Amino acid sequence: MSKVERHHLLTATQMAQFVVDGYLMLEGIVPQELNQKVYQEQMNYIGKGYDRFWFESETIKEVFELPQVKGIIQSLVGEHPIYDHSYMHIVSAKNLKAQNWHADSVIDTRPLAFDIQCFYFSHDTPKEMGPTLILPGSHMRRVHNFSIGRYKNIVGQKQLACKAGTIAILHHGLWHCAQPNYTDTTRYVFKLRLQPGQQQRNLFNTDDYDNPEITSIFRKGYQPWLGNEDRTEHIQRAKLWRYVVGNDSIDVSFEKVLSRMNI
Amino acid sequence: MGKLRQQILILHLENPDLNSRTVAWALYDGARTSDQLQMREGDEETPPYDSVLAAMRDGWFVLQIPSLPIYLHGAEHESGHLPYEYVLERKVDLHV
Repeated sequence: MSKVERHHLLTATQMAQFVVDGYLMLEGIVPQELNQKVYQEQMNYIGKGYDRFWFESETIKEVFELPQVKGIIQSLVGEHPIYDHSYMHIVSAKNLKAQNWHADSVIDTRPLAFDIQCFYFSHDTPKEMGPTLILPGSHMRRVHNFSIGRYKNIVGQKQLACKAGTIAILHHGLWHCAQPNYTDTTRYVFKLRLQPGQQQRNLFNTDDYDNPEITSIFRKGYQPWLGNEDRTEHIQRAKLWRYVVGNDSIDVSFEKVLSRMNI
Repeated sequence: MGKLRQQILILHLENPDLNSRTVAWALYDGARTSDQLQMREGDEETPPYDSVLAAMRDGWFVLQIPSLPIYLHGAEHESGHLPYEYVLERKVDLHV
């Protein structure tokens, strides 16, 4: 992956929102002509398996070669991300089952480094068609795969309903699950997981990363399901912010406790 | 076998007060047949009760009160599962 122009990188505001919520929605970032090509390939797919689509389709690779998409990826995992895995997820028409809540893979022992999971929707995916359900702000919680599978509904849960050409970028720890499809049309989403190819410090457009607006994003980022743990979650996010901006003294934590406690 | 069946309601609250706000909920209904849908992930936006106390007033019996969190030195700021999880039950006649 080659380097992109600076204006394609995430801004400090966008990056702060990713650190607080654990995801970003890039609405309509892929042009419609390309969406239609991918959608046709998905509908007519007769390859070796949904985990091979990435290797068999030049069109899907075109999506992730778009400069505006590469810029987002580079901002999060660097210029040379490592392919982890990919999958074309399908929910058949009238499949009314939902998947259990889970966080992908296993408990991650890296304290702050993270993979990203790109969810690309090649076609309009309204709520009734079963766009992926996520829990904003859950990415820093230490859970193991389906250990959250007993939960059903959580205040603040959100379906990634979107127009064609949208890519949602998720921190690997974000809680999510597939949803029922009430329509007569098959739902496709292509997922690409990438590991960082370098330390994830100072990779985005860090202009104004220390302005008051950024502090405000963290202060207002208390999702309604956090309850009594909202302040500790705030602290965890402040540590992640230090990591991605490459400044171990900046402090956007609750009451600046990182400084107060010499953390 | 009689017609009485168990329903399990799991409520997660925002803090250990049984009157505090519900932040997550799940219903497992033993009175539904295997071909009937159970509560599914994401199928409701509003909790059935504002709190555990509200559910108790409506006839639910508390089976489990969670132990309080233990904050280990060095990991005080880490979190995982939803901590204030209450399990309630109600016995109902088989749905027809």
